[in-house]
Amino acid sequence: MLRMFLKPFARFFEFHARTHYRAERHSMALTGGIILAASVGGFIEIAPLFTIDDTVEAAADMRLYTPLEQAGRDIYIREGCYACHSQMIRTLQDEVDRYGPYSLAAESQYDHPMLWGSKRTGPDLARVGEKYSDDWQVRHLVDPRALVPESVMPQYAFLLDRPLAIESLPARLSALRAVGVPYTDDQIVSAARDAYGQALPDTGNADGVLERYGEETNVRIFDGRRDRLTEMDALVAYLQILGGLTELPAETQPLRGE
Amino acid sequence: MMTRLTTIERQGAMLLSGLIAFAGLALAVIGRGDAMGVHGWITLILAGTLFFIAGNAAYAPEPTEDRTKSYYDDPTKIGLLLALFWAVIGMGMGVWVAAQLAWPDLRFDAAWSSFGRLRPVHTSGVIFGFGGNALIATSFHIMQRTCRARLAGHLSPWFVLLGFNLFCIIAASGYLMGVTQSKEYAEPEWYADIWLVIVWIVYFILYIRTLARRNEPHIYVANWYYLAFILVVAILHIVNNLAVPASFGAAKSYSAFSGVQDAMTQWWYGHNAVAFFLTSGFLGMLYYFLPKRAERPIYSYRLSILSFWGIVFFYIWAGSHHLHYTALPMWVQTLGMTFSVMLLVPSWASAGNALMTLNGAWQKVRDDATLRFMMVAAVFYGLSTFEGSFMAVRAVNSLSHYTDWTVGHVHAGAMGWVALISFGSIYAVVPVIWRKESMYSWKLVEWHFWLALGGTVIYVFAMWNSGITQGLMWRTYTESGTLAYSFTDTLVAMHPYYVARAIGGSMFLAGAVIGAFNVVMTIRNVSHAAPQRDYPTESEANEPAVPAAE
Repeated sequence: MLRMFLKPFARFFEFHARTHYRAERHSMALTGGIILAASVGGFIEIAPLFTIDDTVEAAADMRLYTPLEQAGRDIYIREGCYACHSQMIRTLQDEVDRYGPYSLAAESQYDHPMLWGSKRTGPDLARVGEKYSDDWQVRHLVDPRALVPESVMPQYAFLLDRPLAIESLPARLSALRAVGVPYTDDQIVSAARDAYGQALPDTGNADGVLERYGEETNVRIFDGRRDRLTEMDALVAYLQILGGLTELPAETQPLRGE
Repeated sequence: MMTRLTTIERQGAMLLSGLIAFAGLALAVIGRGDAMGVHGWITLILAGTLFFIAGNAAYAPEPTEDRTKSYYDDPTKIGLLLALFWAVIGMGMGVWVAAQLAWPDLRFDAAWSSFGRLRPVHTSGVIFGFGGNALIATSFHIMQRTCRARLAGHLSPWFVLLGFNLFCIIAASGYLMGVTQSKEYAEPEWYADIWLVIVWIVYFILYIRTLARRNEPHIYVANWYYLAFILVVAILHIVNNLAVPASFGAAKSYSAFSGVQDAMTQWWYGHNAVAFFLTSGFLGMLYYFLPKRAERPIYSYRLSILSFWGIVFFYIWAGSHHLHYTALPMWVQTLGMTFSVMLLVPSWASAGNALMTLNGAWQKVRDDATLRFMMVAAVFYGLSTFEGSFMAVRAVNSLSHYTDWTVGHVHAGAMGWVALISFGSIYAVVPVIWRKESMYSWKLVEWHFWLALGGTVIYVFAMWNSGITQGLMWRTYTESGTLAYSFTDTLVAMHPYYVARAIGGSMFLAGAVIGAFNVVMTIRNVSHAAPQRDYPTESEANEPAVPAAE
C-alpha cells in the first residue's frame, strides 16, 4: 500500500537522489544548502514579530523598572530563579484562576531578556507583586521552609547582608537604553541615587524616584533594615512590582462571571 | 605528544598560547573586582601552562614520522578523555541538583551551592562538556577515516579542542559566581560567546580543509551531519547571544531582544540546540560507528538523504512549540506545532535506517555491549522524537508544559540517545586509536550498559509520573468550581518521584564512572595491537570508509 501511495513521487525521488549524488561531491554545495535550508524557518517565524504591529499590545500606562527593581531583576537572573519559576500565565482557565489574568506581550516588552521560564518547580511569579507583604517575602527568602514546610526552595539569607552595588546602575540603564528601553538621561544619571531613595526614603532621595517613575512607585524599606541598602531590598522591590507595570491585563480581561 | 609536532608548529603553539595568556591577563586587569577578572586569571593560568608545555619541547628533535602514512589522532585522544571527565562532572552535578529537589537542605551555606547556580553547571557540563567534546573528538576521527586523509593542520585541531574546553570552564565557573545571561543553554556572557565564535570559525575551516583533501569523490553522510552541526550552531549562537554589555570591564550584558521577540529567538535557539548540537552531530556518530561496528552497510542511501534534509529544514521551525498558550502570536505557535509533527518523518527515517542496518547482525547486538549501546540509542532516538512531536501538539502541551514531563523527555533524549551513542562510540574508537587489542574489560562495558539503561528507564518513568500527576493536579477543580489543589499539595506529591529520579541518575553516573575507569585501564594496561589498515590510502578498495553495499 505504501508503495502505491509513493508511486507518483518515484520520479521525483529518482531525480532527487541523482542530483544529490552529484551535489555531495562538493563541500561548498553542502555548506550552502545547509545554510539555506536552515535559515528559512527562523526567518519566517522571527522577522515578522518585529514588523507586525499587533504582536505587542499598546499599553499606555506601561512604566519602566526603577533602577532598584532592575538591580533586583539582575539578582533574580544571577541566582537562577528563572530555572524554577515561570513568569508567563498561559491562556488556560486553571492558570487564570490560580495566578490571575493571562500574561500579555506588552508586559515583558522592556524585559531584556524575557524571563518567561520553562519549568514550574515553584509557582508562576508573573503576578506575585503585592500578593505577599515585604516581610513575608524577606522571611521566605531567608528560610523558605520556615513559612512553607513543603517547599524545596534554596535559602537566600545572604542577600540580607550584601550591600547592593549601585555604582554600576547608570551603565546598566544606559545599556538597556541601547537595546531599546526608553530611559531618559535624567533617569540614567540619577540611577544610583534613585535606587538609594526607593529603599531608604528617610534619606531624602525618595521624591526624585516618584518624580521620575510615577507616583505609584513603591517607595519604602523593603528588607526591614533602615541602616543600609541590601541586595534583599532590590530583589523584594522587583518581586513586588511583578505584574504591576501596567493595568492592561486586568482592564482587558473581565473576571469570570461578569 | 608535543614532540610529534614540528619545531615550527611548537613555536606556533607557544605563540598562540602566549597570545591567549596575554588576553587572559588583559581580561584580569580590565575586569578586576568582577567575575570577569576571575575568568581572566583562569585563562592566564591555563594558557600559561600550555605555553610552558610547548616551550619545554621547543628544542626537542624534529619528528621523523611520515605524515602522509598515518592519521593524526592525538587531539581525538585528549578530546575523548576530556569528554569522559566532563561526563563525570556534569552527571555528578545532575545527581546533586536532583537530590536537592528531594532534600533541599543538601547544600553548603554558600551562594554558589544553590539549585539555581548549580543547574546550568549540570546542563552545560553534560551538553557542552561531555557532548561537545565527544562531538569534536569523534568528528576528527570520522572526517579523517571517511576522507581517507589526515587532518588539515596540526595546531588548529588543538586550538579547536582546547579553546572549546576553555569556553566550557569559563561557563561552568561563571555560573557558580552568578555570571549568566539567563538564556537556557546559552547562559555564558558576552566575552565567552565571542571566544566561542572564534573557536567555531577555526573548527569550520579545519573541517572544510580536511574535506578538501579527501581521497574519495563523495562526502560520506556522517560528515553532512557534522557540517550541519558546525554551521547551524554558529548561526544560532551568534543570533541568540546578541547583547550589549553594561560595561566592557564587567560580565553583565543585556540581550538585544526583549519580551515576545526574545522568547521566540531563545526557543528558536533552544530547540535547535537540541536539533543541531544534540541530534545532528550524534547522528554523524551513529552513521559512522554503527555500520562499522555491525559490519553492515547503511540500509538505505535515500533514507539518509531524506532524513538529513528533513531534519535540517523542519527542525528550525519547531522552536515555537515551547511557547504554546503564551503571549506569542497564535500563527507562530501553530507553525511550530505543525512542523514538530512533520519532523517525526525524517527523525524516524534516521532511527529506522539505523535499526534496519542491523538486520543480519542482531546476534552481534546480543553479544556485543558496544553495539547494543548504539542500537538502544537509536531506539531511544526514535522514542524521544515521537514523544517530542506528541508533546508539541497544543492540547498535550497544555498538560506537559512547565512540568517534569518535559524534563523526562529531555533526559530520554540526552541519556537514552545522546549519552548512549557517545559511550558506544567511545568503546568502539578507544581500542582503534590507542592501538589496543580490545577494551580492558568487556564485563565492565556490560555493567555500564545495564546501569545506563536501568538508570534512564527509572529516571524517565519517574518524570513521566511526576509530570503528568502535577499537570493533572494543577487543573483539577472541586465540584464547587474552585481549584482542588494548592501548589504545595503538588510539591508533596512530587517527592517520591524526585527520590526515584535521584536514584536513576546515580545509576547512570555510576555507569559513566565505570566507563571512564575502563577507558583509562585500557590505555594503561592492555597490550598493543598492530592496526588493521587504519591509515590514509588512495583507494576505496584498501580501506572502505564504512562497509559498502553489494
